[in-house]
Amino acid sequence: MGKTKKIELDKFRDAVVGKYPSKIGRKRAKAIVNNDPDNIPQIQANIRTVPGIITQRGCTYAGCKGVVLGPTRDIVNITHGPIGCAFYSWLTRRNQTKPETEMDENFIPYAFSTDMQDSNIVFGGEDKLKQAIREAVELFNPKAVAVFSTCPVGLIGDDVHRVAKQMMEEYDNKINIFGFSCEGYRGVSQSAGHHIANNQLYKHLIGRDDSVKGKFKYRVNLLGEYNIGGDAFVLEEMFEKCGIELVATFSGNSTVNSFENAHTADLSMVMCHRSINYVAEMLETSFGIPWIKVNFIGAGATAKALRKAAAYFDDAELKAKVEEVIAEEMAKVEVARQAVLPKTTGKTAMLFVGGSRAHHYQELFNELGVKTLAAGYEFGHRDDYEGRRVIPTIQIDADSRNIEEIKVSKDQARYKERVSKERIEALEKDVDFEYNEYTGLMADMEKGALVIDDLSHYEMDKLIEMYKPDIFCAGIKEKYVAQKMGVPLKQLHNYDSGGPYAGFKGAINFYNDIAMMMSSSIWKELKAPWEREEVIEAVYAY
Amino acid sequence: MLLRHTTPKEIDRKALTINPAKTCQPVGAMYAALGLHGCLPHSHGSQGCCSYHRSTLTRHFKEPVMAATSSFTEGSSVFGGSANLVQSINTIFTVYNPDVIAAHTTCLSETIGDDMTAIIAKAADDGMIPEGKKVIYCNTPSYVGTHVTGYANQVSAFVKFFSKPTLKRKNVVNLVAGWMEPSDMREIKRLAKELEARTIMFPDMSDVLDAPLDGKFQMYPAGGTTITDMEATGDSKFTIGIGPYSTEDACITLENKCKVKFEVIDIPIGLKATDRFIMSLSRHANVPVPDSITLERGRLVDLIADSAKNLYGKRVALWGDPDTLIPLCEFLVSLDMKPVYIVTGTSGKLFDERMSEILKNIPEAKFKCGERADMFLMHQWIKQEGVDLLIGNTYGKYIARDEDTPFVRYGFPIADRPGHNYMPKTGYQGAANLLVQILNAFLDYEDRKCPEEKVEFQL
Repeated sequence: MGKTKKIELDKFRDAVVGKYPSKIGRKRAKAIVNNDPDNIPQIQANIRTVPGIITQRGCTYAGCKGVVLGPTRDIVNITHGPIGCAFYSWLTRRNQTKPETEMDENFIPYAFSTDMQDSNIVFGGEDKLKQAIREAVELFNPKAVAVFSTCPVGLIGDDVHRVAKQMMEEYDNKINIFGFSCEGYRGVSQSAGHHIANNQLYKHLIGRDDSVKGKFKYRVNLLGEYNIGGDAFVLEEMFEKCGIELVATFSGNSTVNSFENAHTADLSMVMCHRSINYVAEMLETSFGIPWIKVNFIGAGATAKALRKAAAYFDDAELKAKVEEVIAEEMAKVEVARQAVLPKTTGKTAMLFVGGSRAHHYQELFNELGVKTLAAGYEFGHRDDYEGRRVIPTIQIDADSRNIEEIKVSKDQARYKERVSKERIEALEKDVDFEYNEYTGLMADMEKGALVIDDLSHYEMDKLIEMYKPDIFCAGIKEKYVAQKMGVPLKQLHNYDSGGPYAGFKGAINFYNDIAMMMSSSIWKELKAPWEREEVIEAVYAY
Repeated sequence: MLLRHTTPKEIDRKALTINPAKTCQPVGAMYAALGLHGCLPHSHGSQGCCSYHRSTLTRHFKEPVMAATSSFTEGSSVFGGSANLVQSINTIFTVYNPDVIAAHTTCLSETIGDDMTAIIAKAADDGMIPEGKKVIYCNTPSYVGTHVTGYANQVSAFVKFFSKPTLKRKNVVNLVAGWMEPSDMREIKRLAKELEARTIMFPDMSDVLDAPLDGKFQMYPAGGTTITDMEATGDSKFTIGIGPYSTEDACITLENKCKVKFEVIDIPIGLKATDRFIMSLSRHANVPVPDSITLERGRLVDLIADSAKNLYGKRVALWGDPDTLIPLCEFLVSLDMKPVYIVTGTSGKLFDERMSEILKNIPEAKFKCGERADMFLMHQWIKQEGVDLLIGNTYGKYIARDEDTPFVRYGFPIADRPGHNYMPKTGYQGAANLLVQILNAFLDYEDRKCPEEKVEFQL
């Protein structure tokens, strides 16, 4: 389909903005740009969604409880609010977890809620929250309890932080109890929730255990990897094979203690910049751990990320081991890739998802010879599109100002410079190190490709109608809309229950799944035979 | 073990809900609103509510679920959501062009105290509501009731805003559909047609949440009760509410507004509840029951008789909504099975009364509704004494695996198996579908678990 048609993407903006009421049209026009990697245009991002627009976005609670804290197995996460929020965030993200033994804690299959009733809204819910924590402790004896605020909690003035502190005292500080002001109305999307989660991780968990654990000398943290479909398992295995100690993953397959211990690592590798860059920064400011941007989605990107780590630690043995792993894995990857290329080469894709996936997954599509016509984030900021260089120029609006910015200073006793500035500069030249840098999605997209922030349903409808991509990537809410139009949709939040897609093994899975989707027979059957051709009436001669 | 922290020891919980057997009102309102043709549901609250509800409904139905949101920010939470709703109405009619916007509130807009009537009137004054279009609303605070209450409130709102009383009574019976699958609604309409009864069903999600794949996306699919039909419900001679928790309010509202008398019956799940539905419709539509339905019934009775030995005395744990659990337990009891543990987060005296009656010959049965009547409690009961079968939504799979117990999915949401919106579980045919699922769950388990020498060729 996509091989021969001429695609004039620059017509899209004019085609859609006229549909909106004029003020909204002008606003949306700023979020729809034609890319130019050499002269990156400004895009409007992290701005309120217009009320009434059918958006992909969710809320702050979802970003905080669902995304960042959700994957940690040994915290009892209590949602303070009416029942819905706990219910909808119960097992609905595919963050898998593997407790080390049958005895280890795992609260992920549980939903905990204070189930606020109208009397709690009228008279306050703090007493109920305290009692809920007591009951959780009596039943489960956890090492940590986290409390997540939902919309009405902020309005009625329940102070979850004070309650958390009082309850910690009630248990002689033997249980770590902390709260999150992640009411759904804060910010403009899930992104506010990520930030709030990052702050509390830093305040309540990071740095509490100085013991140096593990068997390998070279110690890294992996940030912004949430173990959807087992991605973290693949990466854990890969690091192990290379001889690199994975101290903490924020937060796929994680435990409280891994966070407490994260400051003992020597390098932070950031996958999803949007959701976790704050923790990366805080680890560097406080403890001197440099962070680099990496991507383990795509076989080539994975090899590049491993080489960065090896170059950083600058050990011949490690470098050799990493090259050995890359060579071994790439051989398998290449076999799988060649097998599916005939089915995928020349096809077209559109990706509208997340705060990093719409960028990262282009790597995999490139490897499949699939061209990305259009992409954008659901909750990205300008830096995720245009690169971190624009951060100083981003206007802080009222919605961002409401989110706490915590002051982080150098931990005098434990700060340790890992590597000199000169050495980092050298690394930048050697391996495109991306120290404290994220160059964003636009730099990696073709000139003329469409970049759209906070895609609306109407815009998606038009994109598919006008350009008919061979595959559309988004989430569950969009999936069946695209498919009704005859375009297969790959969910990049939950992978359509597939995956893992990270690392070398994941790349192979992705190649096969996309080849399957692009060659499924059913897409040829959307019309009944009598709709496809004129029905010829039979005439019988007796 | 997945639920490794669940032990048989119960404590008297007063505040903590664990693994709820309910969710909040707005998702029910959204679901019901999809059953009105040309209607776009609108969530007046934070974006997350709308996103969560659409996701949950989509995972369950594997169909597009379209709905808009007022996208509250901190500012709207402080100053009220009026501006957001007015702007939403303008945006929605301009961009998505529905016939009706069915707005529902959330815990956020309710806590603020947004006056929906006043805001919608303001939108009308500002010229945001085009000629011939409607904006309706219902109040669905998440801290009152459950998803079932939200469904009931939305259905009542349809009556409140559309049903018109005229002096001309028509020989039509209203069927108010409680919370069930589109397939169930389709089956009930088929039975009504078989009876040659003239009916209007509302809401009606068939041909909405089981739409065909034909290369076209329909923002407003072919199905759904039309506004014309909805208006005409005020002229019908009688209303049958199918499922007391989800439809009684609408029935009462319609009687008060349009003097249409009503009867509320159970959702026709199983032999007896279907019998009652057929009798009720036959009586109120004044139509005889055709032989074809007697034959359908006979086939179900035949299947039950053939299956009796595999069902007798089997202990079952169930969770879900009262409107489903009541007829379902009655059906199980009629199969000589033993529903022993039943929980629902939706409270009400009727549930307790009906369960006491249905389970009167099963002294070991425990049931609980309302706050903290959750799946954790039910699992604790199972830990105390096991069951042979679990029936409920997908969240039961964790218990099923831990306890190595056969499991039949029923309820909302079912996120991990297809077919529920295609295969009815109402009516005689639906009861047969359900019974076969139960039998297969037992027999597949038996064939997999029994010693090799016990594997049998025949049933």
